[in-house]
Amino acid sequence: MQFFFEVLIGGLLSGVLYALVALGFVLIYKASGVFNFAQGAMVFFAALSFVGFQEVLQRWGLPAAPAFWLAFVLTLGAMVVLGILTERIVLRPLVNQPPITLFMATIGLTYLVEGIAQGIWGANVRGLDLGIADEPVEWVMESAGLLVSRFDVFAAAMAGALVLSLALFFQYTRTGRALRAVADDHQAALSIGIPLQRIWAIVWAVAGFVALVAGLIWGARNGVQFALTYTALKALPVLILGGFTSVPGAIVGGLIVGASEKLAEVYIGPMVGGGIESWFPYVLALAFLLLRPEGLFGEKHIDRV
Amino acid sequence: MLYREAGQFKASYQADQQIFPIRQDRVGFSLVLAFFFLLVPAVANQYWLQAILIPVLIFSLAALGLNILTGYAGQLSLGSAAFMAVGAFAAYNFMLRVPGMPFLLALVLGGLCAAAVGVAFGLPSLRIKGFYLAVATLAAQFFIIWALTKFPWFSNHSASGVISTQAVVILGYAFDTPASKYLLTLSVVALLALLAKNMVRSSTGRAWMAVRDMDVAAEVIGIRPLHAKLSAFAVSSFYCGVAGALYAYTYLGTVEPEGFNLDLSFKILFMIIIGGVGSILGAFLGAAFIVLLPIFLDNIIPQLFGGLLSSSFSSNLQLIVFGGLIIFFLIVEPHGLARLWQIGKEKLRLWPFPH
Repeated sequence: MQFFFEVLIGGLLSGVLYALVALGFVLIYKASGVFNFAQGAMVFFAALSFVGFQEVLQRWGLPAAPAFWLAFVLTLGAMVVLGILTERIVLRPLVNQPPITLFMATIGLTYLVEGIAQGIWGANVRGLDLGIADEPVEWVMESAGLLVSRFDVFAAAMAGALVLSLALFFQYTRTGRALRAVADDHQAALSIGIPLQRIWAIVWAVAGFVALVAGLIWGARNGVQFALTYTALKALPVLILGGFTSVPGAIVGGLIVGASEKLAEVYIGPMVGGGIESWFPYVLALAFLLLRPEGLFGEKHIDRV
Repeated sequence: MLYREAGQFKASYQADQQIFPIRQDRVGFSLVLAFFFLLVPAVANQYWLQAILIPVLIFSLAALGLNILTGYAGQLSLGSAAFMAVGAFAAYNFMLRVPGMPFLLALVLGGLCAAAVGVAFGLPSLRIKGFYLAVATLAAQFFIIWALTKFPWFSNHSASGVISTQAVVILGYAFDTPASKYLLTLSVVALLALLAKNMVRSSTGRAWMAVRDMDVAAEVIGIRPLHAKLSAFAVSSFYCGVAGALYAYTYLGTVEPEGFNLDLSFKILFMIIIGGVGSILGAFLGAAFIVLLPIFLDNIIPQLFGGLLSSSFSSNLQLIVFGGLIIFFLIVEPHGLARLWQIGKEKLRLWPFPH
């Protein structure tokens, strides 16, 4: 039973990471109806830029701590610029095109962003150190006898803080209210004078920020490498479980996917030869969709002729 | 001047329903067919046949399959490469395990296996739509590739899942030269393209298009969505499966499950988007574009920049140019190359007096 809980907690915590990537998807889908396949590439871009800036700054003789924060700020700036450029160059000319066209454009964007990131910073695998050791937390070990990584707890706390600050931002700021209005109804928001295109630029910038946080945590966990872009794929079953338009859905979906894939790998995997982590979340999501086509928290869609 | 249909009357239903109602189109198309069937195998060298023409044809077939599903029936799929893998491995196993199996029958059976798998993974389309369905088809992509890698029976217990295809022999004639393989591929593709063209003109195709435009409305006017959607999945997967078998037998010779990865699925999706969604011609134009573009970039980029660029940078530049071109195309002509062709034809009809 103890082993079960260890696997479960490990799964839940890795699910937090999926949820972070899914969050970026949800923000953009909610506000602009674009299924942004490039979110994974943005995560990769953010992590690679951060490490790159850090290296450059340290080569110039900056001590580690200011280099860390300066690199963070510079990367954030790069992500915001990337978001705004995306809105300006890719999405604005494609307004009113069918969703599949926009989706394809974001796949093109994926190639573009991956190429630019590796073109600037090179394709080497790099380490990323956030200063938090990947070792078990002692008091949990002593009181419950479970191995829970300090790093995973930190990642979960970061994700929690991020979601909380996003929730506050959406709830209490003027921009946040405008964002929610746009997400609710483009036309109505436009008619009461909300600048749609500026809102979209902001959403892409916020998604860039989320990608940065996800990139830092993923990068610190697995190293900054091209494989980071595939994390986006793991976020997709999270999205269909939680619903494309729900922030809490992304979190809950992430937790479900993380926990179930680890449990399935441990308990079902040996029966069929292992490696089922690659597809189990999708099949789970598929089975789930058959019961609830709009996801856990998605809006119920009513078809009218 | 030349492209004018004045004086061509349709006096019978047969004349009204032909695929190319304008005489110039018929002549032009026969010339194109004659060019590809007679002239190309005689003059093209091995590189052109083996590295360009055969893959273009095979990807055209796969794009045709996806276009039936996505362009005509409106069901977005990201799993076409997996259905190609099913076709390839099924044909391989039929050839391997049934003594005296004729190649063409194995090709068809491979396609039918892919169709059966396609229907199974198409079942969720009855409940879910749009991007939810697209993500669901990713399940097919990952599951099928995993199963083909995991169970060695599919690859005849080869160590790394790589299969080497058997020789292609039809009625005692061995298709082993590039030209003969090209002709075989071309014949299969031409036949299936004709079939697809007629399918989308028939009631089946109209049912698909009705479901695509609005499935609730289609149901109201008496089209069975279950029937339409699943038949689209079956036909589409059949085409992808045959394309996959050809990919293994006439193009590469040795394939592994990992070769049919998500990137390939995306490539096929790009083909129909760039070629034109919901167009038979578009599948061919898109496939040619996507196959030729990397070859073109490979040759042109080192020439433009000489030895200035390292090879890793030029591969990144390729990614950038590829991604940029796709975005550019979507912005400039969201309906694809087929639409450009249509516009060109309209212009030609009015030329030289457009007013």
